[in-house]
Amino acid sequence: MKTESPLIRFGLAIYLVLFFTYLLGPLVLMGITAFNSASFPQVTPWEVFSFEWFTTLFNDKRILSGIGNSLIVGFFTVILSVAMGLAGALMLTQIWPKLRATFYTVIIAPILIPGVVLGISTLVFWDRVNIMLGLSDDSFLRNGIFLTVLGQATFISSYCMLVFVARLQRYDLGLTEAALDLGATHVQAFRKIQLPFLMPAVGSAAVLAFLASFENYNTTTFTFQDYPTLTIELAQKVRYGIDPSVSALAFIIVVITVFFALLNEVKTRRAQLAIANGAPVGAVSGSFKMPGFFSGNPAAVVLTLFVAVVVGTIAYSQFYDPEPAKAVLLKEKRAAQQLRIKALQERVRLQRLEKKLKGPDIFGSGNSKVPQPPSKSASPFGNVFAPTNLEKAAGTNKDEKKPAPKKPGTSAFGNVFAPTNLEKAAPKE
Amino acid sequence: MSSGVGVDLQDMWIKFGDFVAVREANVNIKGGEFFSFLGPSGCGKTTILRAVSGFLEPSDGKVLIGGNDMAGKGPNERPTALIFQNLALFPLMKVWENITFSMEVRGASADERRKRADELLDMIALSGQGDKLPSELSGGQKQRVAIARALCAQPDVLLLDEPLSALDLKLRQHMRTELREIQKRVGITFIYITHDQGEALTMSDSVAVMKAGIIDQISDGKSIYDDPATAFVASFVGENNVFRGKISKIIDGQAIIDTNRTGLLRGRVSSMAQGKLSVGDDAMMFIRPEALDISEEKSASDTRIIANVRHSEFEGQSYNVFMEGSAGKEMKMALTNRGETRLYDADVELTLGYDANQAVIVPAGELASE
Repeated sequence: MKTESPLIRFGLAIYLVLFFTYLLGPLVLMGITAFNSASFPQVTPWEVFSFEWFTTLFNDKRILSGIGNSLIVGFFTVILSVAMGLAGALMLTQIWPKLRATFYTVIIAPILIPGVVLGISTLVFWDRVNIMLGLSDDSFLRNGIFLTVLGQATFISSYCMLVFVARLQRYDLGLTEAALDLGATHVQAFRKIQLPFLMPAVGSAAVLAFLASFENYNTTTFTFQDYPTLTIELAQKVRYGIDPSVSALAFIIVVITVFFALLNEVKTRRAQLAIANGAPVGAVSGSFKMPGFFSGNPAAVVLTLFVAVVVGTIAYSQFYDPEPAKAVLLKEKRAAQQLRIKALQERVRLQRLEKKLKGPDIFGSGNSKVPQPPSKSASPFGNVFAPTNLEKAAGTNKDEKKPAPKKPGTSAFGNVFAPTNLEKAAPKE
Repeated sequence: MSSGVGVDLQDMWIKFGDFVAVREANVNIKGGEFFSFLGPSGCGKTTILRAVSGFLEPSDGKVLIGGNDMAGKGPNERPTALIFQNLALFPLMKVWENITFSMEVRGASADERRKRADELLDMIALSGQGDKLPSELSGGQKQRVAIARALCAQPDVLLLDEPLSALDLKLRQHMRTELREIQKRVGITFIYITHDQGEALTMSDSVAVMKAGIIDQISDGKSIYDDPATAFVASFVGENNVFRGKISKIIDGQAIIDTNRTGLLRGRVSSMAQGKLSVGDDAMMFIRPEALDISEEKSASDTRIIANVRHSEFEGQSYNVFMEGSAGKEMKMALTNRGETRLYDADVELTLGYDANQAVIVPAGELASE
């Protein structure tokens, strides 16, 4: 059936663009804000291209220690979850068929329980255990890392188990039997035959477990104690106002993710190519730098370009200095501000003149009309999210950073975040 | 390699819950013998093999290997090696690692293993293929690797669970000869499981025919084919024309059977049924298609049957003639191809004759459902 009329194709293209914009748009925007020198994560108005937020990020002790804690927690969670998941999956294949459904439900339940509940229960349970054992308040049972690892592993091990069950379903128990029959002990049969078969699943389960641990917030928020993880730190940071160093962190994470995704794609394609060429897989996988690395493998080309761009950007950042451009911008801003002040003074002068001419009655009605409508139409949320609101709340008013006024209606977001909105909304006198 | 280790099953029962998979099996397999269990799928033959190899404990009775009771010994403690139906080669190991796995678990050095693997690869005519993965081998090569892997463990008894069933016909026939040769060369006991009577008859010294957990007959291939003990064996092994009826006369190991549709026919009473049949008993007589021939004499007798041809076909080594006797009794005759065309048109009336010694009479019983 060939129903691919141009209209359907066009519609499909539009749909795909919308879909990917929806999926990736926020990430792209956030990535861009990391390079804007403006103190609030924003794309427009664009100020100066700058790496300063990366510097800020790497100087932020709390973020760095958060990453450190996340890595430690992730490491132990991976070990614990993979081990428990593997044990659970093996158990599931060994248990009596009648009990299997029940066992499966029990072991899958942690995924269905809200993370918050798991967090609280972990905290309460180990606290009780601690008291029962008569240990002191600073025993390891109250250690944040210990609690966080256990709390996260309760449900992450269920994820891992699902990965292992899927792989085990393709395992031929005859292989274990064959090994036993050839004189292997049960341990040898598991270690030499079944475990190597499960290795790919161990890899994916470990990655899954690490990612789930790294991004976990709801459970960790109850258990972290003195060891806040990255997500906890970010949440606390956002509470006090956000700056583009968070964007910089997000950008780095996106870059790392894309790198590994591409790397994986390259490997997959190589394996496919090897099979298509009839060559033994082992002969190809050993030699990463063979000349035919790029042949028929677009992912390899993309990966190489990607790495080149990243390396280039890092190298560029070493000697790039945004200060001159910033100084220029500052000058422009000051000039624009001067102009604005002058214009304002002019208007006040005119108004005074009018007042003198026509009297107070007409002035009142004319004045109330002017400031309100533009701000209302530009932002349906009032100006709740506007950055200067926060600045006001924080008690700092960086007037010199404010960019030149911009025409409303050009930004896709209806200028919600545009700082000029605030000026309009803010009382002028 | 040690040879001559026999396997005995004594009153062995295997039950799964209420289901009896094997009923009172008494088998005496001599050392160095090629012994086959033949039966339709689900008859319990694989269960017996698993009991011998140690994956199953018999519910009752004993398994003796070389006279030693194997109760409580796991598969890794028994002097047996099993070749699985799907071969169960380790997919992630190279061929030579597969072959020498039994040495690896005993802690042999890599050099030692490599040397032994090369010897065995020579034996199975796969020299130089040791560094391949099993997935890179053809079906027949995998088969031989599986055999080499089992032999590397130096078992006293080699168990084979329908190892040829996945191969195509030519390869299967080739592997039959090869298996038989390997067995003669290494001289150990082979226990072979199959549902293919051709395999069982060509390779085995002895064949046990099984039906639903019961061993009907244990004998050499010729006796199984020519002198079946039960109706099941007669109908399962090879093709047969069945005539049901009652015994009307018994004379010197032969009997006259009053068949339901074809009248009185003479046959030889199976040696296992000698003395068990008496006049008036329900019985069955089996005549092989190749035992029937066209009779010169047209007159009726107790070794002649009159039938009409339905259709005939050419099968290569023989012409098959399908006929209908009186009251719609269907029969098949196989005429050896000796160069002249022996196809008959439909509705031609033929008089078929047979040698009474080639018609076997057994007590009435269940037929193989094929």
